[in-house]
Amino acid sequence: MASEATLGSPSEISPPLRRRREVIYRHGVVVRVTHWVNVLVLSLLLMSGLNIFNAHPELYWGKFGANFDPSWLAIGTAHTAAGAQIGILRVFGLTFETTGVLGLSAGPHGGVLHQGFPAWSTLPSWRDLATARRWHFFLAWIFVANGLVYLLIGVANGHLRRDLAPTPGELSPANIGRSILDHIKLKHPTGEAAKRYNVLQKLAYVAVALVFLPMMVLTGLAMSPGFNAIAPWVLDLLGGRQSARSIHFVCANLIVLFVIVHVVEVFLAGVINEIGSMITGRYALPLEPHS
Amino acid sequence: MSLRPVSRRGLIATGAAGLGGLLLSGCDRLSHAPSIQHFIGRAEGLTLGAQRSLLAGQPLAPEFKVADLSPVFRANGSTMPASPHYQDLLANDFADYRLVVDGLVGQPLSLSMAQLKSLPARTQITRHDCVEGWSAIGQWTGAPLARILALARPLAPARYVVFHCADNLGGGADDSGLYYESIDFFDALHPQTILAWALNGRPLDVSHGAPLRLRVERQLGYKQAKYVMRIELADRMDKLGRGKGGFWEDRGYAWYAGI
Repeated sequence: MASEATLGSPSEISPPLRRRREVIYRHGVVVRVTHWVNVLVLSLLLMSGLNIFNAHPELYWGKFGANFDPSWLAIGTAHTAAGAQIGILRVFGLTFETTGVLGLSAGPHGGVLHQGFPAWSTLPSWRDLATARRWHFFLAWIFVANGLVYLLIGVANGHLRRDLAPTPGELSPANIGRSILDHIKLKHPTGEAAKRYNVLQKLAYVAVALVFLPMMVLTGLAMSPGFNAIAPWVLDLLGGRQSARSIHFVCANLIVLFVIVHVVEVFLAGVINEIGSMITGRYALPLEPHS
Repeated sequence: MSLRPVSRRGLIATGAAGLGGLLLSGCDRLSHAPSIQHFIGRAEGLTLGAQRSLLAGQPLAPEFKVADLSPVFRANGSTMPASPHYQDLLANDFADYRLVVDGLVGQPLSLSMAQLKSLPARTQITRHDCVEGWSAIGQWTGAPLARILALARPLAPARYVVFHCADNLGGGADDSGLYYESIDFFDALHPQTILAWALNGRPLDVSHGAPLRLRVERQLGYKQAKYVMRIELADRMDKLGRGKGGFWEDRGYAWYAGI
């Protein structure tokens, strides 16, 4: 198990095809399976979550918050001076027109929908809080079970410590600065360096796996009145139920942002090799530029 | 042999594109399929089981300070029951109102507001969480449900406490849209479960459920039945309404609203 999860152990199975590229065994089976379960489950959790959000597309900070209370984010509609109806997003008092996407969007069968997020982004595509909640809480159980498998085995076989935890050397400002420059120049590591994750990659994975995804569970539970009686301290920690709801929304957005950057990087680094390695585990090391 | 890497590439590309399309169209089909919805709905049992085991010690829902009260407590759902019977009761300031307690009880009851208010009252400042996502904090005063149930002496087969309400949220001409709700004894006997007759120190107004509403503080807003006219003790829920234990439950929402 331990060797299976090792990043960068040479593969004995596949001989290099055509070109002489070293193939390493990069992703253990637990990482691969939990990764793809997460792809599916997080997509559906996001979409059902957006449907739930549409039931009350406004966010507050503190212990309470409803229509008459000040919100820090709201999606809705407004009228222009000319009398036309537009979709708007209001964040911290700044208003943006979002017609077509937020607030006001096209329905799947024609017509105009007055809702927060558009039909194509929600599960189900029509407004249905009961069905969306049913999906969301079913998926949440799978997400938690999947996450626990990943974390427990990742700790037990050393994957988290060995592959994700940055070393003190990697965390030096010089190294982080270098890594930022490499990313800006779209320069990807080759040869030996490509056997490890770079420091920004490690920090991003640690943030998502150990902070943002667990935070989704904690803030989700903090919105449950039953759980509030079980662990009232979680509410105190997060600043109240409406704060928890806001953090849930913000963390979901940060995870979407991570996924966008992650997928862009996968394409930049070689989509077949990268996706293939997350399916088969085997990763062909990019060649040194001059070799 | 030389075709293998190509076919794998093709497979990955087709798979990725197909997965996206499948996800969008497939999800709606799965949301329409009763068998699928029944299956994923079984997670409700998991949630109920998990929360109930952690609630075994019957902890209280968080209570708040006067400083935490919502400036305006949003009224939701029905805000003015239209039935002639309710309008008559309201016209007389509920002097003729009687809370009926019947069903599987040893002692059926008919209690006036004066009798309900003479019972030892509990006052609690709690948070009301609508299933839509908003919350409001209010101070409720009322009679503990456990006290009323003790007077009615539930019979052994009774498992559920059902609240029949005066409002017709369904809006139809018949009684099929009458609001009702149900809880089990685990929540019915909890000290914070009260039949409230005051909000924020004033008699309950019509929009918030006058003259009497349920507060079951560890669940969402739709369980907090307003305009409670009759409490029925029952051994099963399938003979009531459409059989799911409440107005919103009959329309797809979970019976256990602790999440």
